[in-house]
Amino acid sequence: MSETTTATQPAQGSQPSQEFEKVLSGSATQVASFDTNDKTAVQKFQHFLHGNPSAVPLIVLVLSVAVFGIVLGGKFFSAFTLTLILQQVAIVGIVGAAQTLVILTAGIDLSVGAIMVLSSVVMGQFTFRYGLPPSVAVLCGLACGALCGYINGLLVARMKLPPFIVTLGMWQIILASNFLYSANETIRSQDLAAQAPLLQFFGNNIRLGGAVFTYGVIAMVLLVALLWYVLNQTAWGRHVYAVGDDPDAAELAGVNVKRMLVSVYTLSGLICALAGWALIGRIGSVSPTAGQFANIESITAVVIGGLSLFGGRGSILGMIFGALIVGVFSLGLRLIGTDPQWTYLLIGVLIISAVAIDQWIRKVAG
Amino acid sequence: MALEPILTARGLVKRYGRVTALDHADFDLYPGEILAVIGDNGAGKSSMIKAISGAISPDEGEIRLEGKPISFRSPIDAQKAGIETVYQNLALSPALSIADNMFLGREIRKPGVMGSVFRKLDRGAMEKFARDKLSELGLMTIQNINQAVETLSGGQRQGVAVARAAAFGSKVIILDEPTAALGVKESRRVLELILDVRRRGIPIVLISHNMPHVFEVADRIHIHRLGRRLTVINPKDYTMSDAVAFMTGAKVPTEAIAA
Repeated sequence: MSETTTATQPAQGSQPSQEFEKVLSGSATQVASFDTNDKTAVQKFQHFLHGNPSAVPLIVLVLSVAVFGIVLGGKFFSAFTLTLILQQVAIVGIVGAAQTLVILTAGIDLSVGAIMVLSSVVMGQFTFRYGLPPSVAVLCGLACGALCGYINGLLVARMKLPPFIVTLGMWQIILASNFLYSANETIRSQDLAAQAPLLQFFGNNIRLGGAVFTYGVIAMVLLVALLWYVLNQTAWGRHVYAVGDDPDAAELAGVNVKRMLVSVYTLSGLICALAGWALIGRIGSVSPTAGQFANIESITAVVIGGLSLFGGRGSILGMIFGALIVGVFSLGLRLIGTDPQWTYLLIGVLIISAVAIDQWIRKVAG
Repeated sequence: MALEPILTARGLVKRYGRVTALDHADFDLYPGEILAVIGDNGAGKSSMIKAISGAISPDEGEIRLEGKPISFRSPIDAQKAGIETVYQNLALSPALSIADNMFLGREIRKPGVMGSVFRKLDRGAMEKFARDKLSELGLMTIQNINQAVETLSGGQRQGVAVARAAAFGSKVIILDEPTAALGVKESRRVLELILDVRRRGIPIVLISHNMPHVFEVADRIHIHRLGRRLTVINPKDYTMSDAVAFMTGAKVPTEAIAA
């Protein structure tokens, strides 16, 4: 193969082969220098926020607690009131954890609330209609949530349908199934307490002085801590971020993107079912009409928490701070005695500000 | 050449609807060489490379690695077999750190219970490995191994992608247009990287439109035209204009290819 046939010109010279590259040996050897000294305080702050995406909601949370504390005094700044906020936030926090996983993969899950309610109805009805032991009924409820999530995952990953459309459809399907199956029937709190106290497990509480921690609150904190660990310290967690960042790049780099997406949606469904169980503990009864706004509330918590709806950016801790900010505003404004519409108005302002701040922080990387 | 080729393809066919991207294409890569693949846009270079790197599966034909037939169903299969590819878009996750990117899909876990039960990543080991590999390739102008890839320059990103391939590619490394987006100086650095990888005995497939770069580093040049291999030339025997003439059909090679 090395026979010479028509060598018209001598081969190219030795390296560097091109004339214009010869001057490279004399070029500056200085590499990119990072100017870390002469930055204004604002720029330093911007860099800090870029490295710590959950710092913004934390600052807002601390400020809002401080402001309401000053305005309302002891009425707000008591162990009882502050733990009451935690109780009110517990359900949104658990559902928000599920939403966080999905949004980190650049998806969105509109069916979280519906999965939660259907799972709680399955837990209640399996116990009372079929006479199953409550522990088995709870397992069936958790399986029901995981199955709904698995269907979402299959449709998104295998059928390549947009997550918004898939979960919009599943929201309606699951909610309708919920009403058809339960015949719009509520299981009363007294019956649950008498026959299946396990279903109200998350309503139990621990009292420390004036502070009241329900098991639901503890479950939320443990769940978020666990997911924080998984997202930051395991390969699966890094893959969630990689898939949300750039699914094609992740695939080529060696991540099984389809399997990853199915596992994320399934886990999200399972967490929603857990939220359904906690919901029974919170409201005492099994009601097919409960938790109607869980999907919007969870997305609100995620957005205020500084997570990007385009995926791959943000921390689950931000989500919990976002949920707490909403909780602080709701209760604080109610204690002041304003029209509840002011709460919604302010939450709307917070959502838009959160995204505006996110854009500003991102200019660092520009 | 008495050596057996390390990677061969025979009669690869790939159709997309009515378009035939690969029309019985052949391919040979010998141990320790740099094989450049050139061809016009739409000649089917990318399809052939994707078939070899597992990103697509050909409709017909056979690929052999070290004499054994292989069929990849995904890039992960090819990576497991020791074939690493640096894609034109680099396949890096911008928000993740350099170390996270280098180990994406093959992370190291902590030894003992923390790794097997709690699946905890061994950050320290991964960062050390990444730093060693980057220094080995002369790329340690990066200050912090934990900085996000999106904060790196284009040349540095290319370096990270090449370092990843060089670190894990045990049999073959494929580079798709590695200098297309780079400046003069950065291109020179990547060409040096390529020669450095060859010095360590790993054969390289280089896809490029940049003729001076191809003629400088390649041992053989595979010219692709109309979905198949037209000829393989030795860059010492032909000029760049000959190569362009073959590639565009302005001239027909006189000798049959020696495969």
